[in-house]
Amino acid sequence: MSDAGAGDLPSPDVSPTPETEKYWAAAAEGRLLVMRCADCDRFYHPPRARCPDCLSENTEWTEASGEGEIYAHSVTRQMGPPYHEATPYVVAYVELEEGPRMLTNVVTDDPEALSVGQSVEAVFHETEDGEYAIPRFRPV
Amino acid sequence: MADHTAAIAGVYEHPTREAPDKSTAQLHGDVAVGALEDAGLEKGDVDGYFTAGRPGRVMSMVDYLGLQDLEYVDSTDVGGTSYVSHVGHAAAAIAEGKCEVALITMAGRPRSRSGDGGPPSGPQADFEETYGIGTVNMYALAARRHMHEHGTTAEQLAEVRVAASEHAQYNEDAMFQDPVTVEDVVESRLVSDPLHLLDCCVVSDGGGAVVVVSPEVADDLDRDCVSVLGHGEAVKHHDAGDIDLTYTGAVESGPRAFEEAGITHDDVDYASIYDSFTITVVETLEDLGFCEKGEGGEFVEGGTLKAPDGELPFNTDGGGLCNNHPANRGGMPKIIETVRQLRGEANEEVQVPDAEIGLSHGTGGSLGTRMTSTTLVLGGDR
Repeated sequence: MSDAGAGDLPSPDVSPTPETEKYWAAAAEGRLLVMRCADCDRFYHPPRARCPDCLSENTEWTEASGEGEIYAHSVTRQMGPPYHEATPYVVAYVELEEGPRMLTNVVTDDPEALSVGQSVEAVFHETEDGEYAIPRFRPV
Repeated sequence: MADHTAAIAGVYEHPTREAPDKSTAQLHGDVAVGALEDAGLEKGDVDGYFTAGRPGRVMSMVDYLGLQDLEYVDSTDVGGTSYVSHVGHAAAAIAEGKCEVALITMAGRPRSRSGDGGPPSGPQADFEETYGIGTVNMYALAARRHMHEHGTTAEQLAEVRVAASEHAQYNEDAMFQDPVTVEDVVESRLVSDPLHLLDCCVVSDGGGAVVVVSPEVADDLDRDCVSVLGHGEAVKHHDAGDIDLTYTGAVESGPRAFEEAGITHDDVDYASIYDSFTITVVETLEDLGFCEKGEGGEFVEGGTLKAPDGELPFNTDGGGLCNNHPANRGGMPKIIETVRQLRGEANEEVQVPDAEIGLSHGTGGSLGTRMTSTTLVLGGDR
């Protein structure tokens, strides 16, 4: 997966914590990770050390397929910095194949053509400091 | 009605919508004085104080207002509904004998200058702010999904603004006093589709205050008081990736408040419903049970929300959509207008005849990420 379709979206630096560093480092390698609770078999997002369902610490990183579909989307036409010059851009919840709905952007040249239920796949955009990458999605 | 319930003795809505020459603290002072005067009480009577805002605000305001001998303070901050929650918390504190006269203030100046900072960053920040999310596009996602699942239309959302605007024409303090049509709303520019400019609330300076008192204090006052009959709170969030954008926390806060008050929907004569956006109202009405899930769009058609004769007259001050949304937080005005209605002090053209039971509902946070819902049931015959 490449940087194609980044368009003019900013890719601000992120501030990984001990709980989230693997997620951002994997994204820098073009891999989308989701967390799974080995006790209750729940996939969840955003990542955290304890399962938000059963509070077990028996949780593990799993590589997601990067496939999903749009749960809801909106074309944002007005926003403050750093996104003010990127309008119009699309924010969305994408429902991953593994289950969790993930807040993200959908990158497309034709935002008006997007629809709920549409299939999308992950793309990764390097952060400004070059250390990590931000998972986004594009229509398949 | 039980005599042991706490009561709202005084309310005050700041008349300003733009306060370039005042500080936020000054606005807190204005509304505190106004609400105490309305109640017929003095500063020295206050033994409980409630406010929300950035950390330390409650201590700063106690100092600024020179409040002495406080026995109870509460700085619960759950976004725009904080002050609705404060009324419930004050009533509980009063019932426990922790205080007798609770002053609740809110104020802000987002129109002149934001002095309150942005939303607090939490562990979710990298997974949200990174993507250019804001208040409008997060509510827009909820609107999109509601439209997708239930067939709700832009025209139906617009009905909410139309009703609010028709009420606002009688409110000389309202920011927008001109009635609008469904066409005006759907033809206004898209801010974050499917939400148009006129689907969004105003940005205003100002504030408001409420005084909640014990039944004993209420009985001694030469003032109509409004009983706090029921209160319910709920928090809803991402659910670890299982978020459902088509409902709000009102599905839980509503039943809690109705049960505590011992009322049914048919008893509600007037409702102040938090209207950060038109979709907020449609989802909330469904979740409170005034109509079935998914039927909110149909429910608001045909003048349901219009005062004084609609099935459920709402936001007769013009609401956040037309009147004010001080500090980007509309909870306080929701309480104030309900109290006005129950006292028969609303603007004449929109006063609901013989209003006895009113509902104030607040929403905090964002429908698109995490939120708080607070529902109050107030009764006017004390």
